[in-house]
Amino acid sequence: MAKPTEVEVGEQKAPVIQPGHTFASLTDKIGNIVLKRPITGGWIFGLFICFMILQWFLLAVCWLFYKGVGVWGVNIPVGWGFAIVNFVWWIGIGHAGTLISAILLLLRQQWRNSINRFAEAMTLFAVACAGMFPIFHLGRPWLFYWLFPYPNTMTYWPNFRSPLVWDVFAVTTYLTISLVFWFVGLIPDLATMRDQTSNKALKFVFGAAAMGWRNSVRHWNRYETAYLLLGGLATPLVLSVHTVVSFDFSVGIVPGWHTTIFPPYFVAGAIYSGFAMVLVLAIPIRKFYGIEDVITMRHIENSAMVMLATGWIVAYGYAFEAFMNWFGGDKYETFLRWNRLHGPYAWSYYMLLFTNLVVPQVLWFKKARTNTVLLFFVSLDVLVGMWLERFVIVIVSLSRDFVNSSFGQYYPTQWDWAIFIGTLGFFSACMFLFMRLLPAVSISELKTLLPQAEVKVEHAEEVHDL
Amino acid sequence: MKDPKIFGLMAEFDDVNSAITAAQSAYSAGYRKMDAYSPFPVEELSEAIGFHKNGVALICLIGGLLGCTGAFVLQWWINNVSYPINIGGRPLNSWPSFIIVTFEMTILFSGLSAVFGMLALNGLPMPYHPVFNVPRFEAASRDKFFLVIFSSDIHYDGTGTRQFLEGLNPVSVAEVPS
Repeated sequence: MAKPTEVEVGEQKAPVIQPGHTFASLTDKIGNIVLKRPITGGWIFGLFICFMILQWFLLAVCWLFYKGVGVWGVNIPVGWGFAIVNFVWWIGIGHAGTLISAILLLLRQQWRNSINRFAEAMTLFAVACAGMFPIFHLGRPWLFYWLFPYPNTMTYWPNFRSPLVWDVFAVTTYLTISLVFWFVGLIPDLATMRDQTSNKALKFVFGAAAMGWRNSVRHWNRYETAYLLLGGLATPLVLSVHTVVSFDFSVGIVPGWHTTIFPPYFVAGAIYSGFAMVLVLAIPIRKFYGIEDVITMRHIENSAMVMLATGWIVAYGYAFEAFMNWFGGDKYETFLRWNRLHGPYAWSYYMLLFTNLVVPQVLWFKKARTNTVLLFFVSLDVLVGMWLERFVIVIVSLSRDFVNSSFGQYYPTQWDWAIFIGTLGFFSACMFLFMRLLPAVSISELKTLLPQAEVKVEHAEEVHDL
Repeated sequence: MKDPKIFGLMAEFDDVNSAITAAQSAYSAGYRKMDAYSPFPVEELSEAIGFHKNGVALICLIGGLLGCTGAFVLQWWINNVSYPINIGGRPLNSWPSFIIVTFEMTILFSGLSAVFGMLALNGLPMPYHPVFNVPRFEAASRDKFFLVIFSSDIHYDGTGTRQFLEGLNPVSVAEVPS
């Protein structure tokens, strides 16, 4: 099996890890962020802001539970307001983490080893944010467990023919598998933290979390098999999750929803927004934590190129949607096209085209891909664009469907905004804590990228004792 | 020659290649009850101590099959036996609509089986293990490689095995108290 040699690359590409690192220096570099780095004012300030937003979120959720979903702007005909827009947006963001950790693992893209840990953490927090919205939207969120098949006194079962039930299974499976994938990846690093710290309490906490991992090669062997299997399982899973999310729409008959292009177009959009979030997080993290030699320009540029590629798949989706509106000849679909371009929400469609299609074209230029400040803002722009895409799909279609008499407008209230912005605070607060409490880059996987890790010994004569 | 007070002898190596060579020599010398420790996965090192196959994939497959059949049978039973509803004469066993939940449960059960199977086969969580009695062993998760020959091995002999390990050019050799 070929060992990674990508550390020694030509002048064209930036290296995956800056040369000169040793096993020990990498351990210290990443471990010291958790163990030695003093708590800075900037970190406290950032966490404080996010924590305050989180309190606002808590307030809004309490008010929502007390009064009911009437505090939101949802009403017939638009029964799926911000809640579903935000749900789809957040879960899409999560997809990049799994793409990096699973699909790039299977494709032997060694550069993923530096960014998979925090991308997986991002996935977890994003899926947690996403999962909250459908539950809030239930009206009686304390009965959410009715969604699962369990024997009950009502002798009642969920409707397994409904995409909404499929969604419950897809999202809970995704959350569970993402969590174990992330945790399995963490076990060896938790052991490293346990061995590196001299603080008794920390040693106990990390030791308990590492469950007695002792770096035995027998353990590593089984671990690698399990990790690869998880990668192989998470790959179809991540593609299925946004496919199932798109079924929530495409199985319905609302104009603009009932289309077969939705699954691939949703998955591409998910990866598009997810990589934008990876960049929004990676650019400041590598700067503030001084890990630019581990998360190098190579990672930044590769992520930008994935964004450009998936952006064009999304563009293809937009083009084909428009084509089918015309080619299908259905008068409601034709009206939908007119409504998107000239209706009361036309501004959102034009903004969507501008943010998702026009702005990211700067990524064709290497100068733009290597300019982190510009890239940061392009990524923010893509995040806004992908949010608008879900807004266009949900709100524009629902507000004017078949019968003129049932047309209506949707006006989000302050509580809609509070809960949306609140999840941003929740997400960022989790990221702030994660950065300081756990190794943000996989130490053991980074070590395999070093030239010192290359095995030069010939295989001994076959001494199998099977 | 089993000594209940001694778990084994531990040799420390600086780089991955000398650890692999040492493990290969120990295997050729007839030692079987041994283990090697490395800060990152090294396939060749587990090969060298004679560990070739693990059962994780099989456990994962069994878990996946259970999840798959379990989920489908549950949906079939709910819709055909427990709560059949005739909606416009449509078939009760509308299997295409059951595929998605079946797929998700296949992934969930095989993934969890792979992880818990791996942990179980590795004997984790394990609150105590003798190798941690050697202070230098902390470097196993940092930058050093270790080879431990257990005292339970039939060829183990306190002085002889120590001499053997010292002949492999280790950084140090230490006794592991059990």
